[in-house]
Amino acid sequence: MNDLGLSFQVALDLILNMDKDLIQIVSLSLRVTLTAVLFATIVGIPLGAIIAIYKFPGRVVLITLFNALMGLPPVVVGLAVYLLLSRAGPLGEYGILYTPTAMIIAQSVLVLPIIVALTRQTIEEMYIEYREQLQSLGARKFQMIPTLIWDGRFNLVTNVLAGFGRASAEVGAVIIVGGNINHTTRVMTTAIALETSKGQLAMALGLGIILLTVVILINALVLWFRFLALRVQG
Amino acid sequence: MPIKPDYKMILPLTVQNLSFRVGTTIILNDIDFSLEHIGPSLIVGPNGAGKSVLLRLCHGLLRPTSGKILWATEERSRASFDQAMVFQRPILLRRSARANIEHALALRGVPRPDRRIRSMSVLEQTGIMQIATRSARVLSIGEQQLLALARAWSFRPRVLFLDEPTANLDPNYTRLVEEIILKINESGTKIIMTSHDMGQVQRLAKEVVFIYDGCLKEHQLAGDFFSNPKTEAAQYFINGKLVG
Repeated sequence: MNDLGLSFQVALDLILNMDKDLIQIVSLSLRVTLTAVLFATIVGIPLGAIIAIYKFPGRVVLITLFNALMGLPPVVVGLAVYLLLSRAGPLGEYGILYTPTAMIIAQSVLVLPIIVALTRQTIEEMYIEYREQLQSLGARKFQMIPTLIWDGRFNLVTNVLAGFGRASAEVGAVIIVGGNINHTTRVMTTAIALETSKGQLAMALGLGIILLTVVILINALVLWFRFLALRVQG
Repeated sequence: MPIKPDYKMILPLTVQNLSFRVGTTIILNDIDFSLEHIGPSLIVGPNGAGKSVLLRLCHGLLRPTSGKILWATEERSRASFDQAMVFQRPILLRRSARANIEHALALRGVPRPDRRIRSMSVLEQTGIMQIATRSARVLSIGEQQLLALARAWSFRPRVLFLDEPTANLDPNYTRLVEEIILKINESGTKIIMTSHDMGQVQRLAKEVVFIYDGCLKEHQLAGDFFSNPKTEAAQYFINGKLVG
């Protein structure tokens, strides 16, 4: 109980003092995670929609694969991206290992299957309902994709939030490709892991409370907009 | 701006030896008829007779198991731009009423400035200008069906298919929808509609195609169908004694 009380105190102190390190860590966390989610959304939503409405050989295998990849272990993704970006790797010449860019790449890979698989599910269900109507209106399949995505936007937003939750919570991938370098690649989850290993439990828990608060705030904000929009647009 | 279809006839619609099966279940069996441009044709029959499937086949949403559907003399494989359809439960997009019409026009390649003009004009003619900016999903069922009719009408189709468009509506909206259907008919569009409501068939039909148990039983002018039904099934149905 004391530990918990102390951690809230630490968390509150960090926030009230506008601790420079903390602000840097929080803003880097948000930058990495939000950029990764943005990339995964831009690629994942159209890809999921294409898989949902086109029939092609290997479609079922692809659907199974993306569903399975939703549970991709972050350390494995971290390792794969590490091998890709390390000096000896195929993309080694760009020298982006241990930079935020590497962390964004790793998290995009983690989030992409979640957004693809959930979008596929959402759009496929809509397609069953909408197909005849859209065909009758004269839509070709490639025209149905943007129509369905826009009509399913409120459900798709929830899918994107699931991806955001995954990215903001994980530590395994970003610690391998980012290296948890102070002032450069240290984010909230890696800082928590570090403080825990140092035995600074109050600090670790304090950071944990801040992370949780940030994630809850972002979710609340998005869901509130969704709620308002749904009320107006039905 | 009045909505007048640009007339190059695609009628008659000729259905030859048309059959449709799902697995071993026969939905429609060896149907033959030809529809001319003579006012609303109503496809009539009890629930489960195969009316909606017949409409979908003619519109190109389903492919026949065997037989042919000919427009003038041509065969077409998909829903064509000459036609439109209003479903019993229309799907309206999560946009404003006007945007629903304009998006549909965009799907058919109508240039942007024309979309606005056509959507406003058709909302006006359908009498639902007041809902133009409201989201289609929050409209009442009756308003949604009027909007679906307006959307279909905005295409200026030569043929309009209507699948029991008033089945879910109250008497007031049923009357409004029927008035619009007659307006569309007067504008020169051929109406092909399913119904099992005998009062409605009497109010709207110029000719009746009576389907029972997947088979075509009668095809006559409406007056003759009601005064002199040839088959027993039709006599029972008119008297409200036939169930599917």
